[in-house]
Amino acid sequence: MNAREEILRRLGDTEADPAAYAAIPRPYLRRHHDGDVVELFAERAADYRAEVRRVAGADLPGVLGELRGRYVAPDGLPEAWTAGVDVVRDDPPVSIADLDALDGVITGCAVAIAETGTVVLDHGPGQGRRALTLVPDHHVVVVESARIAADVPEAVERLSPDRPLTFISGPSATSDIELSRVEGVHGPRRLTIVITD
Amino acid sequence: MSTDQRAAGAARMPTYVGMPAFPEAARDAVRDTRLRRNLTHATTTIRAKRAAAVSELADWAELRETAKRIKDHTIEHLGHYLRLLEEQVTARGGIVHWARDAAEANRVVADLIKATGETDVVKVKSMATQEIGLNEALAAEGIRAHETDLAELIVQLGHDRPSHILVPAIHRGRAEIRDIFRREMPGAPDDLTDEPARLAEAAREHLRERFLKAKVAVSGVNFAVAETGSLVVVESEGNGRMCLTLPETLISVMGIEKVVPSWQDLEVFLQLLPRSSTAERMNPYTSVWSGATEGQTFHLVLVDNGRTATRDDEVGRQALRCIRCSACLNVCPVYQRAGGHAYGSPYPGPIGAILSPQLRGAGSPVDDSLPYASTLCGACYEVCPVAIDIPEVLVHLRSRAVHGRAEKAAMRFAAWTLRSPTRLAFGQRLAGTAGRMLGRRGGIRRLPGPLTRWTDTRDAPVPATETFREWWEKRS
Ligand code: SF4
Repeated sequence: MNAREEILRRLGDTEADPAAYAAIPRPYLRRHHDGDVVELFAERAADYRAEVRRVAGADLPGVLGELRGRYVAPDGLPEAWTAGVDVVRDDPPVSIADLDALDGVITGCAVAIAETGTVVLDHGPGQGRRALTLVPDHHVVVVESARIAADVPEAVERLSPDRPLTFISGPSATSDIELSRVEGVHGPRRLTIVITD
Repeated sequence: MSTDQRAAGAARMPTYVGMPAFPEAARDAVRDTRLRRNLTHATTTIRAKRAAAVSELADWAELRETAKRIKDHTIEHLGHYLRLLEEQVTARGGIVHWARDAAEANRVVADLIKATGETDVVKVKSMATQEIGLNEALAAEGIRAHETDLAELIVQLGHDRPSHILVPAIHRGRAEIRDIFRREMPGAPDDLTDEPARLAEAAREHLRERFLKAKVAVSGVNFAVAETGSLVVVESEGNGRMCLTLPETLISVMGIEKVVPSWQDLEVFLQLLPRSSTAERMNPYTSVWSGATEGQTFHLVLVDNGRTATRDDEVGRQALRCIRCSACLNVCPVYQRAGGHAYGSPYPGPIGAILSPQLRGAGSPVDDSLPYASTLCGACYEVCPVAIDIPEVLVHLRSRAVHGRAEKAAMRFAAWTLRSPTRLAFGQRLAGTAGRMLGRRGGIRRLPGPLTRWTDTRDAPVPATETFREWWEKRS
């Protein structure tokens, strides 16, 4: 008997019971805060030491134009956003070594979560392959307010399992040394969130 | 226990070589004042933070109950959900492997790495690979596994063992860590101080090249969604993302109990785990992927290693609900005094005391003594985000082990009292009364019966005139 067969045999090769699963009660809340999700998101993201800016859509290029240095931009990121930035487009794909030499990356996001101050990338258009937001040291993410979900359940509902997902809450961090929090280990050491309408 | 059973135990999870039974190991730890200072500081800090993060959610009790039910349902129908997971991962281009025990899992992983021709792999912290002793098994085949989690790196460079699920180097202070880095880390700066930020920076520099060049990575898995074939890894530092994203080949090793039925279930566990674990509303990074992603080759290794046997025990199987948040360690008075190493397995603390003997099938001195590594105060059960009744399982395992008739009877009584809070409170008051009668000079050397093994290691304080729980709550 191979390992698969034997493990399934040990488990009695149980059948599905969809009715039993559907009967599991879910009396928890769908969201923990009513009211303005944008305000809550801005506050919670800042709690995790992300730099948070709120700008009107028309001002976005101006605000991004304040960035100094070279930034990579994924396919599908509106070119108007980065008109004032020194950008290299990820087309053809920038090598990992070259990404490491850049100052940062500018992306959009798929969903954001107000309650937890999280942005979620599904690496679709405007967000790029996963390495893009991992290797450069500064991640600038533009969050359009319609993308902000109130809480985790709403975000999970909006996201598709068919895409790879990266949930980001603040810059990379560790508490491994005497539990004192240090920002910036292997992921980007700076996270800037620009909320726009 | 037959020789066969013992051999099966050894193939599952190696007991640390020369590991003494819990009482002896704990005695040494209790005497080590620096270790105790580090542990007390760390566990007290995280306990307070966690309480704040949990109290933010008015529906914590409901989330906990739903999580418990989802896990129980999954464990009941585990065969079905594993087949579904396999089907979905395969449909999305992943390759699924099965392993009955640690030896088989190590064999599978070693062969997969050899097939790539690589001799170095990067690893992201994973309890499952520690449980099966993967790094040692790979070393024996000439493959170097580089731990990339900061705490794991500290442990690996210090030729040490992890002592906590979440903070494996919790027993090390910053000055010790600086010394380890200076001594063992090639290229560590000469002027390295013991500032945590400087130490983290040194680790970043040390691992950067390796990440950018790595061809093969090995990871664990926090959750696997059966209906969609999605794997979830929860982390903080970004080393997980490095391992999951950059290498051409990814090998993820998971215990078969990590599966959950549906995508929607993530809304429950992604709320419970970060708050209960690192006391954060959300951990810095969570990666989710389904099958082979962005051109990677993806292997998923499903490991039994004692889980099917654990599942066969009606009382003990609840240990399989564990999501490895480590909250039970941080509230445990025994863990805080004894430290993680005394438990003799990668799973320390209350969860280790019920999981290790079950996964290994008992039989070693350390496993026989683990169910006694507890005061049965119940703090672990209260904090557990999936409501594992650890005291109940401890008492059950004690009665399952070899005992004299009197001890068995005492255990049955304990089991009976534990099933009801009123009876528990009564039993504790009774113990308090007994304590007043017994204690003369403020300490007793040995408790009778089943408690002997615990008091053997320490001068037990007189069983309190206030109950243990009251005392502990006041202190913390
Ligand atoms: S037993 Fe419960 S509290 Fe302990 S690590 Fe597992 S899930 Fe967390």
